[in-house]
Amino acid sequence: MNPAARIGGLALIAMLGAFAARAQIADADRKSGAAFMSAQTQEMQRDDGANPGMLAALDGESLWNARTGGAGKSCADCHGEAQTGMKGVAARYPAFNEASAAPIDLQGRINLCRQDQQKATPLAPESRDLLALSAFIGLQSRGMPTAPPDDPRLTPFRERGRALWSQRMGQLNFSCAQCHDDNWGKHLGSAPIPQAHANAYPIYRLEWQGMGLLQRRLRNCMSGVRAQAFPYGAQEFVELELFLAERARGMPVETPGVRP
Amino acid sequence: MARALVNVPAKVKRGDVVEIKVLISHPMETGFRPDPNGKFYPRDILKSFACTYDGEHVFSAELFPAVSANPFFSFTVVATQTGVLTFSWTDDKDQTQVQTAKIEVE
Repeated sequence: MNPAARIGGLALIAMLGAFAARAQIADADRKSGAAFMSAQTQEMQRDDGANPGMLAALDGESLWNARTGGAGKSCADCHGEAQTGMKGVAARYPAFNEASAAPIDLQGRINLCRQDQQKATPLAPESRDLLALSAFIGLQSRGMPTAPPDDPRLTPFRERGRALWSQRMGQLNFSCAQCHDDNWGKHLGSAPIPQAHANAYPIYRLEWQGMGLLQRRLRNCMSGVRAQAFPYGAQEFVELELFLAERARGMPVETPGVRP
Repeated sequence: MARALVNVPAKVKRGDVVEIKVLISHPMETGFRPDPNGKFYPRDILKSFACTYDGEHVFSAELFPAVSANPFFSFTVVATQTGVLTFSWTDDKDQTQVQTAKIEVE
């Protein structure tokens, strides 16, 4: 072995050592993804006049009050004013759905309402209307702590989500935890690695030049490690969302967030 | 009509320098982005923005394909009199969207 290769080998061992260093992030060390952004991007999120997510939220408000579907009902006809009726709702999703005996996320709930109550077609994943309604409903919980429900029926699903979180996947053979638990605050190329708390979705992502939901972001990371991404709406995603909600318990909701 | 967010302080003192912020929803499609079949999405951008204060031209900008989606402008005017600020955005098809805001000067 030549000296250069030996040094390379030592560096690799040192890197692997660093990888095993940290496990779960202590509550006091938790930071929102916003803390890793530039001051300009933080200001963009803070200022409702500059946050493009507010455009989606305003679209969502019109959808909330628009009658649609075979039943000719609007969201407001059942739920009333979103400002009161939807306060804190987004902060406690995903929740357990009795009918399917499985957890559903907020988008699943919106589509169930559309099908069962409004007799309308469900909205496509990541469609403009679904993003708008999610942003509007999420906005009603802004500033409130993430509060996943203490429902024992959710536990097995959440545990599966936790297992997925540390499951190595893809050609790069990385798990979520290796970056976001063990190496947050360091850089991947020029981009800082955040802690991956899902407290600002749907987000306006500058890279996307548009809005996106958590599942789009998760698929992004999965293709980043060259894994085959789960399809939109997959049970695995809802389980991961459940685990992420638990992991971010108590952190304030920032919806609609802005991310680089 | 695209949705626009206009942020103008409602009441100001005469002579104050007032910050105006406007954000409009627009895809700003460059014309250089291919769809899944390799064909380019047709160009669709806002090409100009202008602001008048009681009819007087106070700010304008030219926009190009490199400008991001949902263009945001922030600029200042001197509050001279109570009046109406008119904002207009013009796209590639020469269609103009106009939005107005009142400003009250004490």
